Amino acid sequence: MKFAVSIGLEIHVQLRTRTKIFCGCPTTFGAPPNTQVCPVCLGLPGALPVLNREAVRLTVMAGLALGCRINLRSKFDRKNYFYPDMPKNYQISQYDLPLCVGGGLEIETPAGRRFIRLRRIHLEEDVGKNLHFAQSSGVDFNRAGVPLMEIVTEPDLTSADEAHTFLLALKEVLLHGGISDCNLEEGNLRCDVNISVRPEGADELGVKTELKNLNSFRAVHRALDYEIRRQIDLLSCGRTVVQETRRWNDELGITESMRTKEEAHDYRYFPEPDLVPVELTEEQLTEWRAQLPELPAARRARLVREYGLPEYDAKVLTADPDVADFFEAAARRSQQPKIVSNWIMTEVLRVLGERGSSIRDLPLTPDALAELIEMVQRGVINMPAAKSVLAELMEHGGRPAEIIERRGLVQISDRGALEPVVEEVLRDHPGPAADYRNGKAAALQFLIGQVMKRTRGKANPKLVAEVLRARLESQSPSS
Amino acid sequence: MSCSGPVSELPSLSAALDALRRNEVSSEELVSELLRTIECWNPTLNAYVYVNSEEALACAREADARRRAGDPAPWVGVPIGIKDNICVRGQPCTCGSKILKSYRSPYDATVSRRLREAGAVFVGRLNLDEFAMGSSTETSAWGPARNPWDVDRVAGGSSGGSAAAVAAGMAVAALGSDTGGSIRQPAAFCGCVGLKPSYGRVSRYGLVAYASSLDQIGPLTRTVRDAALLLSVLAGRDPMDSTSLDVPVPDYIAAVDQAPDDLRGRCIGLPREYFAEGIEPDVAQAVKAAVADMARLGADVVEVSLPHTHYAVAAYYLIATAEASANLARFDGVRYGLRVPSEDVLEQYERTRAEGFGQEVKRRIILGTYALSAGYYDAYYLRAQKVRTLIRRDFERAFQQCDLLLTPVAPTTAFRIGERISDPLTMYLGDIFTVPANLAGICAISIPAGLDSRGLPVGLQLMAPALEEARLLQVAHVVEQTRPRLPRPPLASRASGGSPA
Amino acid sequence: MNEHTTCSEDLAAEVRRVAKLARIYVSEDDVAQWTRDLGRILEYVRQLNELDVDSVEPTAHAIPVANVMRDDEPRPGLPHTEALSNAPAARDGLFIVPKIIE
Ligand SMILES: [Zn+2]
Repeated sequence: MKFAVSIGLEIHVQLRTRTKIFCGCPTTFGAPPNTQVCPVCLGLPGALPVLNREAVRLTVMAGLALGCRINLRSKFDRKNYFYPDMPKNYQISQYDLPLCVGGGLEIETPAGRRFIRLRRIHLEEDVGKNLHFAQSSGVDFNRAGVPLMEIVTEPDLTSADEAHTFLLALKEVLLHGGISDCNLEEGNLRCDVNISVRPEGADELGVKTELKNLNSFRAVHRALDYEIRRQIDLLSCGRTVVQETRRWNDELGITESMRTKEEAHDYRYFPEPDLVPVELTEEQLTEWRAQLPELPAARRARLVREYGLPEYDAKVLTADPDVADFFEAAARRSQQPKIVSNWIMTEVLRVLGERGSSIRDLPLTPDALAELIEMVQRGVINMPAAKSVLAELMEHGGRPAEIIERRGLVQISDRGALEPVVEEVLRDHPGPAADYRNGKAAALQFLIGQVMKRTRGKANPKLVAEVLRARLESQSPSS
Repeated sequence: MSCSGPVSELPSLSAALDALRRNEVSSEELVSELLRTIECWNPTLNAYVYVNSEEALACAREADARRRAGDPAPWVGVPIGIKDNICVRGQPCTCGSKILKSYRSPYDATVSRRLREAGAVFVGRLNLDEFAMGSSTETSAWGPARNPWDVDRVAGGSSGGSAAAVAAGMAVAALGSDTGGSIRQPAAFCGCVGLKPSYGRVSRYGLVAYASSLDQIGPLTRTVRDAALLLSVLAGRDPMDSTSLDVPVPDYIAAVDQAPDDLRGRCIGLPREYFAEGIEPDVAQAVKAAVADMARLGADVVEVSLPHTHYAVAAYYLIATAEASANLARFDGVRYGLRVPSEDVLEQYERTRAEGFGQEVKRRIILGTYALSAGYYDAYYLRAQKVRTLIRRDFERAFQQCDLLLTPVAPTTAFRIGERISDPLTMYLGDIFTVPANLAGICAISIPAGLDSRGLPVGLQLMAPALEEARLLQVAHVVEQTRPRLPRPPLASRASGGSPA
Repeated sequence: MNEHTTCSEDLAAEVRRVAKLARIYVSEDDVAQWTRDLGRILEYVRQLNELDVDSVEPTAHAIPVANVMRDDEPRPGLPHTEALSNAPAARDGLFIVPKIIE
């Protein structure tokens, strides 16, 4: 029997704000526990939430980027449940009037392009973090109140590969839109998964399970692969899938049933009386739509069109909007887009990959890269020297001209300066000189090598060959 | 000072401000006198649950120094009592609950900050029904506050401590909070003035929430002018409270000081439904006498109808308890407050909350949780919110016919301690005249109308449209002048006739 | 409005269910007491059924306003020691609770 798979994602995305959603505490990652808290995000008696305007704008921007319908009137609700990482034991979220509804994202699959529909995007607050010890647990509320956008898809995805592709495409949109830093290590992007399988041709979706604890896109992929197989195995043996929440065990590579004693959830949503509704106008949306940065697909097309890049280059460069920005800045300056692209795709991305850092953290500036490329073009330095200058620029920054000057890397392109060296080499190596004159062209390479050695690599190799040839061909062997 | 007999003549807030400004009294003298009175009478009345003697005196001395140095702030050195559900930095905030017995607030409520910046001195924390849930201050974990007019009777609630303290001269003025009548009803029972501002007029930041969409902080004072004085410090937009309104704050003191001598041109509405439901004859009589006086002063008195009044208590108790069930969820023994330790987090929650909350609070949490839970939301909570709309519309229609509404505050005067505590529904029904103003978000004030045949104060309620506090205070001030001046409360039991030991 | 809830046995079960949701331990005495109280109160509030509210909008806020927001500007929070000053149990800057099994 063949089976059809339906996968829906719930993605929690941390918005790029300076402060939390309902208070002025910073959202900086990695601070010591409970040092970024205040009466509001600690849920102290009497404290009240006040909505961060930027969190609303970013969520709406995401909705616009993903083609959602924006609710002109939206509100917040309390979702009630008890858990130690919940400061108020209710979470402020959006129930029946989320900011964004519908929309979707096109992805490329081996079978062609597919449009994955979104159900909604709503805004809510994050909870704190539990840490576990031998006898007890500890709670850190630094993260409580960090603004999260929850993106819920329709169950349109049909394989682990598609889910993975969708997440990458979504991440690109969010990065390009300036909506989230999408830093997975810092928990900026977290994903829950709903999955069900059914016999091919069946109309109704099968019984679904929900997967939790998926901390990376790779984990999503592996967990889905495992869970699809598990459900198909069950159905193939004539057994049934139990509707439940399962936890991905990354070490063992399996999903495990999470809770059996589970009582039915009853979140008792009701309108948050401490917050007033959010009302947007068409004019406001028009203005924000105009502010929306170019999205990945459009940008790829433009890079091909404007800079004459191959599709492949455009795709690599736009995977990270900061890299694409860097490329465009350098390309505009140097007028050599393909060469700039080559340098970024080989040298720069390799270093970024090694360090696991962002191009924004590199001391290298687009201007410096453009200047360096120009110097190679003009013959001021040769390629090996340029690579070593780039390495220094990526490490410490600075201006290429100064580094070249300081390290004495300027190519000797002055005939007058080369001639005495050539004379020396010919005098010291009469054998190879004679060989050349006698028609052994290969001897020239040896002589060029000798000149390069004596100029410590700075000589312009082309010019050296020229001077050598002229000298050898003009002079009689007797001297 | 002797602790027997009636208390000495108490300065009103206005008088205290004047005396301080004219240097007729120092803040230290004022606060010392107050502390002596509290020491005398608090054991009887249980109005304060915490007295801040040392710190209050230190603040008073500092205020005197500031005043001598020429600080023109009018409030410098004025002692104010704070209901124990409004946060003051560094002070306890128990909300009358065991669950917050040892809690100290690390921050100031916005009203506390405003008073502090104006120079006020915080004398102590005033008793209340646990988490403001009650109409008698009997649900306080620290025992009931007693009524200065008959110490066997309740001071009303939930701001019973505030009302008793002001009436007995243990506070020049006090802050209370009003969710369904919690300022107005105790003010009426104790013979003082209590103002519930319009929803959004005063910041709720730092008021421990009972029902967020109904709660308001307001003054309990000896006179209407004092209420205007205090409101002028409290009112105004607060960026920390999303529901506080960004609208101009009129000059309330001027509204009172420039009040005309009569009520010509004012139309006063008497809502028919407020005079139908089982009011004690003495209460009806006191209100009628006030109506006659107002008519004599030229007021145009008309009968109006608020047809959904009968449903207000039901709607109120569903909405208030639903909101409360979420607001009180944070008391779980994790970050603050009582903890009954257990091996298991879930069990720890259940034990902590069972032990920490009193019966009435638990009863309301259960009711509110029920009203919100799956399958009941539409039938209870949503329906109550719709009835709330009907009640709002009643007022909108009534205020097209008149400027203000005049009603009793409660169907009865102060009842005996213990009389209603075991009968929650009867207790709730006593709130019938006060909850509509909270549901509609309008402003309302309670002023003394006189005494009943047992010598207990009767309150008079005036209600005005939202944000019309200036109009409300002005008319209340005029009406106040027509009422017989109350004698000093006896601070004794009427039954025994003597003063308590 | 849910006529069947007048049955006190059903209501007692509801009281237990709701107490669980509200995380309040209930003794059998509590259940008996609250079942009586809740029964009376629910009976009273059922009078709201007399009103036709089908076409009435609910009121969530007494005074309708919208768009009250703050700028994304940091504000000082609580000093670390004050954040933990009321904690029933704290260690290493954390609020300590019984071990949570996730
Ligand atoms: Zn905070």
